[in-house]
Amino acid sequence: MAADDYFSLFGLPRQFALDRDALESAWRLVAARVHPDRFATASAAEKRVAMQWAARANDAYRQLRDPLLRAKYLCESGGIDLKTETNTAMAPAFLMQQMEWREMLDDARDAKSADAFATLDTEIRDARVEMTRVLTDLIDVRGDLATAGEKVREWMFLDTFGRELERERPDH
Amino acid sequence: MALLQISEPGDSPAPHERKLAVGIDLGTTHSLVAAVRSSVPEILNDAEGRALLPSVVRYLDSDARIVGYEAAQAQATDPSNTVVSVKRFMGRTFDDVKAEGLPYEFVDAPGMVRLRTVRGDLSPIEVSAHILQALRERAESVLGDDLVGAVITVPAYFDDAQRQATRDAARLAGMNVLRLLNEPTAAAIAYGLDHASEGVYAVYDLGGGTFDVSILRLTQGVFEVIATGGDTALGGDDFDTLIVQAVCATAGVALDTLSREHHRALRVAARVAREALSDADSAVVEAELGEGTIVSAALSRTDFERLAQPLLEKTLDRARQTLRDAGLKPADVKGVVMVGGATRMPIVQRVVGDLFGTTPLTDLNPDEVVALGAALQANLLAGNRAPGEDWLLLDVTPLSLGLETMGGLVERVIPRNSTIPVARAQEFTTFKDGQSAMSIHVLQGERDLVTACRSLARFELRDIPPMVAGAARIRVTFQVDADGLLNVTAREESTGVEAAVTVKPSYGLSDDEVATMLADSVSQADSDAVARMLREQQVEARQLVESVGAALAKDADLLNADERQAIDAALADATAAQSAEDVDVVRAAVKALSDSTELFAERRMDRSIRSALAGRKLDELA
Repeated sequence: MAADDYFSLFGLPRQFALDRDALESAWRLVAARVHPDRFATASAAEKRVAMQWAARANDAYRQLRDPLLRAKYLCESGGIDLKTETNTAMAPAFLMQQMEWREMLDDARDAKSADAFATLDTEIRDARVEMTRVLTDLIDVRGDLATAGEKVREWMFLDTFGRELERERPDH
Repeated sequence: MALLQISEPGDSPAPHERKLAVGIDLGTTHSLVAAVRSSVPEILNDAEGRALLPSVVRYLDSDARIVGYEAAQAQATDPSNTVVSVKRFMGRTFDDVKAEGLPYEFVDAPGMVRLRTVRGDLSPIEVSAHILQALRERAESVLGDDLVGAVITVPAYFDDAQRQATRDAARLAGMNVLRLLNEPTAAAIAYGLDHASEGVYAVYDLGGGTFDVSILRLTQGVFEVIATGGDTALGGDDFDTLIVQAVCATAGVALDTLSREHHRALRVAARVAREALSDADSAVVEAELGEGTIVSAALSRTDFERLAQPLLEKTLDRARQTLRDAGLKPADVKGVVMVGGATRMPIVQRVVGDLFGTTPLTDLNPDEVVALGAALQANLLAGNRAPGEDWLLLDVTPLSLGLETMGGLVERVIPRNSTIPVARAQEFTTFKDGQSAMSIHVLQGERDLVTACRSLARFELRDIPPMVAGAARIRVTFQVDADGLLNVTAREESTGVEAAVTVKPSYGLSDDEVATMLADSVSQADSDAVARMLREQQVEARQLVESVGAALAKDADLLNADERQAIDAALADATAAQSAEDVDVVRAAVKALSDSTELFAERRMDRSIRSALAGRKLDELA
């Protein structure tokens, strides 16, 4: 059924590039149709079904709104098993980059240097932008979900690191 | 309630029929009830024309109780039997409340604290139900008919225990709860619809005992809460406590040597003085503490504002944190709505205005705005909306929900500020070979340590088939409904063996307890009430029989032969029983038919939603 796919639930093309405004207004529209408030006087069974649909719409919105989760959803629903628990193999270049960032974080922490944190923060932001560009190309242009899956796993590491950095930044 | 009346999503079921529904603001210091009458929300006053009902219940020796003003007058003379600010005890344990140093005799009880009165040990749920009953009677006498339901407001920052307790109190008061609505969201509805605004708004809600701050985005009839924060133990009461402490210090009176009566008298005097300081530059706190001892202290507004500063700073910190959670800066906020009687203090308006760089909106009465918004929502939910008048609320969870994992740490399953309803699942596995049970501990809060979060429920998943460690796949699903109430299920999935448990957190009243308490209250009622109940059941049975018949005519293809047979049998029984003179017979037939058609109702609903979604157009908002 069409509504079971997150993209078709919102009437959006199944692709990585996203029109955020279109997603937002489509989410509001779907939410308005299925929200339990629409069925406040219905039976318990009906309310339960409405609640499940509303929860699904909210979860679909949450996942499509976030670029990493969106890429993950596209890969996984396209039949790619990301094996996030078991497969930790990474491209050597990415591993090197990771180690470099870790060292930069250690140094910034030791030196309590706001500048060093800011430099690292900029690097992470740039890396995210680059990820977005690469994944748009892999998913939307080449349709290469297998390679996209590998990039998604790298992005998950990047994301974890980014959050760690956020927590440790002294001005935050 | 008829089971199978499905209308197109977004349409009201019976537009010609107006159903009475009210909004109730169940406050710490006072409560209000409001309803939409001739398309305008208005507060329903008591017989003396007063809008507010002090949230005070006095229990008497006899079987009687007094709620409201008269009860409030007795609080200094009969403090143990006169319960004020009961909202502060909702969903709280003995240990939670005894630290507050309030003049009551608290009794430890499983789940929730009890208050010792002449009428026995009462749960805060029962006391709240007595306040709600008074409001319900007021509403029914003003509106001249029975209510179909009520929207009850709760602080946005209420946790699951406090919400469950509020819902139980309403059920105990014999009310059908259409929705638990967050207070700031209710205020936003009242303001937003009034001003036809669009953009980002903040609601600063400082009530008698609770503080909330919510950031909302208003777009095309959608009220979307982006983030919410607060403190359920910070309100006007706490400012009074500061005054009491200051007065005692000046007068050389040791607070802990005061009797309950004198402590209450001093608190009342402090509150009167604080309220006077909203208009005057100085006030006198005066109370008689025993024979001839009169404490009298002058308090200037400047003195008071200095005392109040740390509490105000606490609220501003919360507001800043909530803005950060929303990913916004103060300048992004177009307006700040002030809610709660405590925002009448000029210093509050000043500091909030400074933080957001805008003059706070105060044109609706801060005591009434929550009840008015709740009335609007109740009217909408009851299906009374006028053509073209429609809106949708998208609220969030105030606190993160998670599970205990190894080492006393909390694994977050649903982060705070998730839009509700929300369902999220997490997989866990076994730790030992052949492990046949797993204990699941549900927690709420923002800290990483189990001991720093509120424990909501513990349960065990048993009968896990024997497997090597790490092979089982236990899927734990958290679901938060539109009322913000949590439900947890667990299931072992790898072998296809289903061992599922559903827990509702256990601090409230069980369904059986509520049923017993309600039955007790009905058995004392007069025969009119019994006759009315029979008529209502008969009507319900007839409606249900009709709607099941109509549903079968339309969607019988959703049922297999066996399912169809079971429904036909229940339908025949209900048809035979619908005119019976014994209320229990009719009720049993209605229940049997409801139960047997539950799956059918779910499938029809699913079909109806799917077709509504397939037929949507992007340029129309339902």
